[in-house]
Amino acid sequence: MPNIVVLVKQVPDTYSERKLNESDHTLDRESADAVLDEINERAVEEALKIKEASEGEVTVLCVGPDRATDAIRKALSMGADKAIHVSDESLHGSDMVATAKVIAAAIGRVEGVDLVIAGNEASDGRGGAVPAMLAELLGMPQLTHARQVTVDGSTVQVDRETEEGLTHLEAGLPAVISVTEKINEPRYPSFKGIMAAKKKPVETLTVADLGVDAGEVGLANAWSTVLEAAPKPPRTAGQRVDDEGDGGTKIAEYLVGQKLI
Amino acid sequence: MIDFRLGDEYEALRKTVRDFAQSEVAPVIGEYYEREEFPYDLVATMGRMGLFGLPFPEEHGGMGGDYFALCLALEELARVDSSVAITLEAGVSLGAMPIHRFGSEEQKREWLPALCTGEALGAFGLTEPGGGSDAGATRTTARLDGGQWVINGSKAFITNSGTDITRLVTVTAVTGQQPDGRKEISTIIVPSGTPGFTVAPKYSKVGWNASDTHELAFDDCRVPEANLLGERGRGYAQFLSILDEGRIAIAALSVGLAQGCVDECVRYVGEREAFGQKIGTYQAIQFKIADMESRAHTARLAYYQAAAKMLRGEPFKKEAAIAKLVSSNAAMDNAREATQIFGGYGFMNEFPVGRFYRDAKILEIGEGTSEVQRMLIARELGLP
Repeated sequence: MPNIVVLVKQVPDTYSERKLNESDHTLDRESADAVLDEINERAVEEALKIKEASEGEVTVLCVGPDRATDAIRKALSMGADKAIHVSDESLHGSDMVATAKVIAAAIGRVEGVDLVIAGNEASDGRGGAVPAMLAELLGMPQLTHARQVTVDGSTVQVDRETEEGLTHLEAGLPAVISVTEKINEPRYPSFKGIMAAKKKPVETLTVADLGVDAGEVGLANAWSTVLEAAPKPPRTAGQRVDDEGDGGTKIAEYLVGQKLI
Repeated sequence: MIDFRLGDEYEALRKTVRDFAQSEVAPVIGEYYEREEFPYDLVATMGRMGLFGLPFPEEHGGMGGDYFALCLALEELARVDSSVAITLEAGVSLGAMPIHRFGSEEQKREWLPALCTGEALGAFGLTEPGGGSDAGATRTTARLDGGQWVINGSKAFITNSGTDITRLVTVTAVTGQQPDGRKEISTIIVPSGTPGFTVAPKYSKVGWNASDTHELAFDDCRVPEANLLGERGRGYAQFLSILDEGRIAIAALSVGLAQGCVDECVRYVGEREAFGQKIGTYQAIQFKIADMESRAHTARLAYYQAAAKMLRGEPFKKEAAIAKLVSSNAAMDNAREATQIFGGYGFMNEFPVGRFYRDAKILEIGEGTSEVQRMLIARELGLP
């Protein structure tokens, strides 16, 4: 009966235009629709599958501003049992190290955690390091980039897929897992699930509640500073090649000109 | 002042169905439509999402929601495709609802759980080849013989009646004569596969081509006496109440189609160029789309309000008729304008607006024609 914590994050919808704030180069959360990150839906799905196979409890953990409750509700409506929401102005602009510390402290409040499941990287920051940092902070084995997860008694097996290839990992519980988009197809919440989610407990905590020093989090305490940011230049129109019998040559010339061949 | 905002749970449902429609229905439905094939996979997913159980209580396998939740789901589905929307509408509002509304506890336990999960579909056999709007002119008969109803007659244009997962059709039939000489009409459950009950090959239709529609024939078809749904002789009142509700559902579906036309056009006119500019910069196009949006918006308000009255338990006949009338008009008008904006591409089946154009017309016909709606509205006004 594993006790599972799933990390979820509210991110700007990848379909909308995503921007950074001009003042401090942090994410402009107001300019785009905010949604539960799709990779987190898969993490929740995996936790629910494990729970459904052997009971247990699924807690959703989210660090984010107040409006992130929408993302939490979505995870709860899929079937997670309860949630912890760490919301604190002082967290604005926190880097991955600070975020991992806060998450680790929040996980410490859940009794008897067997598994922590995260997405391999969020679609906004795309750092992809929080699960590994978290495992270090919690002193748990890390099994990242999982495309398949099997929990068997007190061990967990993972097929880890990266560009280097496929690795089969096994670790004793408790452990931290991060999943890739190949892990599963997340379910849609049912209306019953949506209604039930309204009644599920969400514990809201501040940094002080977690006993984390405010001097370790936030933009001012990040280990790196963004000096400058510029939007990607718009894609320029392609070059059209008319084939007058020499199309192949012209394409080759173009590729040579671009130093591609 | 009236608060026009949707409750959180309705908004969450709307977004969920929108997400499903965009990511799962939109990419594949064109091909189902072209092949005139019933999309079993999509229907199964809709079943797992609980859409078929939306307005039914949890004790019978439902989601514990209400009819408005169903309407929101229908609107969001129809915004992408009407075939899946009508499959849901007919499955819930016509297939399962009569059993929920008029069935005995035993009948509900027997039929509703499978209908609520979408594993099984029910159909409603009301319209006959000889009469749609004049539903009182039912010719199908059912007589009792040795503890069984013996049914004879035929039904036309029955949605969901011939799929592999169709499990029953509720049929209206003349079961005798009332003291005043009028026909006594009753509703009877006929399980699929009952001897004497034949499902004709599916129709070749102008639209709704990925939905399932058949003519049904009953030739000395025998079912147990206990398959009577509700009271004997109440059939006419039963289907009138089912149709009143159903009008709001069809209105929601029509609003979805009308809005889908706006969605498609807004996208297209920002890409398509003519005479050196995006066509969306021309006022002739902008005004068309502004009118389309206005029609979808006002029609939506009409069905929201009709649904609100219905859920409060107030009379809603006139409001439902108005919602159905204006929203089916909006759907037809928007489909015509969208096709015009798309030009030659609008006449190609591979573009959704062509599908919208073919699907819109039936909305002015099914679940009471526009003329029937006007008749109802006039009657509610007490006109002589």
